[in-house]
Amino acid sequence: MSAALADFGIAFGRVALMMFFVLNVAAILGWVERKQSAIMQDRIGANRADIRIPFTKVRLRVMGLFHPLADTLKMLTKEDFLPARADRLLFVLAPFASVFFSLVAFASIPFGDTLRVGDRVIPLQAVTLNVGVLWVFAMLSLGVYGVMMAGWSSANNYALLGGQRAAALMISAEIAIGASIMGVVMWYGSLNLQEIVRAQGELLFGWVPKWGIVVQPFAFVLFLTAGIAATKRIPFDLPEGESEIIGYFVEYSGMKFGMFLMTDMVETTVLAGLCTSLFLGGWQVPYLLADGFHFPWGAVIGLGPLTVSLLQVGSFVTKVAVMIFVLMLIRWTLPRFRYDQAMRLGWLGLFPLSILNIVVTGAVLLAWGSRT
Amino acid sequence: MTVQRFYLREVVSGLVLTAGHFFRNMGKHIAHALGRKEARGAVTIQYPEERRPLAARLRSLHRLVRREDGSPRCVACMMCETICPARCIYIVAEEHPNPEIEKMPERFDIDLGKCVFCGFCVEACPEDAIRMDTGILEFASYSRHGMIYTKEMLLALEPAGPDGVPRSPVPIPADRTV
Repeated sequence: MSAALADFGIAFGRVALMMFFVLNVAAILGWVERKQSAIMQDRIGANRADIRIPFTKVRLRVMGLFHPLADTLKMLTKEDFLPARADRLLFVLAPFASVFFSLVAFASIPFGDTLRVGDRVIPLQAVTLNVGVLWVFAMLSLGVYGVMMAGWSSANNYALLGGQRAAALMISAEIAIGASIMGVVMWYGSLNLQEIVRAQGELLFGWVPKWGIVVQPFAFVLFLTAGIAATKRIPFDLPEGESEIIGYFVEYSGMKFGMFLMTDMVETTVLAGLCTSLFLGGWQVPYLLADGFHFPWGAVIGLGPLTVSLLQVGSFVTKVAVMIFVLMLIRWTLPRFRYDQAMRLGWLGLFPLSILNIVVTGAVLLAWGSRT
Repeated sequence: MTVQRFYLREVVSGLVLTAGHFFRNMGKHIAHALGRKEARGAVTIQYPEERRPLAARLRSLHRLVRREDGSPRCVACMMCETICPARCIYIVAEEHPNPEIEKMPERFDIDLGKCVFCGFCVEACPEDAIRMDTGILEFASYSRHGMIYTKEMLLALEPAGPDGVPRSPVPIPADRTV
C-alpha cells in the first residue's frame, strides 16, 4: 500500500517539477524578452515597477523583475469581455486549449537520466513515453485548434482571417518539423526522447560528443527555422503582428488574452527544450558517465550518483537557457516574412530540403553499414 | 541578389551584429555594477532622475524682470503683445507710483497653452523686461485655464543657474491639485 502511495507521489512530483519549471521559465521569459531586447538595442528596458517595503521609503526594483508580476495582476483585474455574437463555449475554451496543449507538450522531454534512490529507479522525465517525439509534435499540432477556435468563435472577420493565416503557417511549419526530425530519428534509431538523449552521450572519433548538432547540422537549421515558424514569433508573426496586423485574438481581453501570450512563451520554452533534447545532447554533460567524468585523454573523476544527476539537470537547464537566448536573439533581429514568403519558405524551401536530408542521411547510414 | 535570396548568410550576419551589441552592452552594464561608473551600457537618460543638459540659448518658461524695488521692469508698451504670433500675451496697463515711470502692467497674462516659444516677445521688448531663461520646461495642467500664468507668477521666477539647472520651483497654477 505504502509502496503504491510512494509511486504515486513520485509520479506526481515528476509532473509537478516539470510544470514548475515550464511555468516559471515562461513567466520569466517576459522579463528576459524585455531586457534582452533592450540590451541588444542600447536601451535599459522596463525597470519602473517597484514594491515598497512597508513603513519605509525603500522601493525595490530588482532590475524590473516585478514587471511580469505587474502584468499578470493587470490582466487578472481587467474586464473579461465577451463579444455579443461570439460562440460562448468555443470562445472561452480556445485560450485554455491553446495553453493546455503547449504545456503538456513538455511532458516527454527528459531533464535527466534515471535517479537511483534506494531500490527505486526514478526516470527524470515527467512521463516516460516510447513515442516521445510524436507526442510533442501531436500536442504542438493540436495547438492549431486553439488558434482556429479563437479565430472562428470571435465573430470577427479579422480574427477569422488571422486564425486561418495562423493555421496555414503552423501546418506548413509542422510538415517541415516532422520531416526535418526524421534524420535525427533515423540516426539514433528511436522515437523515445530519453533513448535519443542517451545515444547522444556516445563519442564520435573517440572525442567529439555525438550530439545531434554534430551529426545532423543541416536538420538543426531546418528544425530551428520551422520551429520558430510554429511558435508564430517574429520572423513568422504574420498571423498577428503585435504592432499592425490584426490577428486571431483581437476580441480577447484580460487573462484570456494573457493566456495566449503565455502560450507563446511556453511554446518558446518547448521549442528550446526540444532543440536541446534532439540536437544539443539533452541532459548530457560531455564525458560525464553514470559514475563520473571519463576524459578522452584517460583522466577519470569519480562522482556520486546524486552529483551526477544534479549536473545533468543543470546541464539541461543551461542548454535550454542558451537556446532561449538564441531564439530571443533571432526574434529581435529579423524582420517579418510576408505571408506568401513564409508559405514559399515552408513548402518550397524547408520541406524539400528536409526530404533531401532524409535521403542523404539514409544513404550515409546505408554506406556505413550500421549506425553504431 | 541571389545570395540574399538564400537568407541564411544574411541572417547569420544580422545575428552576429545584434549579439555583438548584446555582449558589449552587457559587459558595460556589469562593469558599471562593479564600480566603473563611466561605463554605460545604454544611451538612455532616465528622465525624472537624470536630465540632459540644456543648450545655453534654449527658450524656456518666460519670466518678468524686476526693478530694484521689486516692481516689474515692464512699462506696458504692448510691443510683445503686438508681435506675438500666437496672441498669447494679455496686458492691462496702469500708472506707476513713481512719476518718472509712465506705466506698468496691472495684468500680464501669458497663455502657455497658446505660446509657441518663438521668443519674439523677448526680441521686441525695449526694456529687456521679459526673458525666457528660467530653464523650466515642465509646466503641465489638467485644464486650459491652468496654463494661464499671471504677472505675479512670472515675476517670482529666477533665471537658471550657470549650469542650466532651474533655480525657481515650477510655478503651480491655482487650479492644480497635486
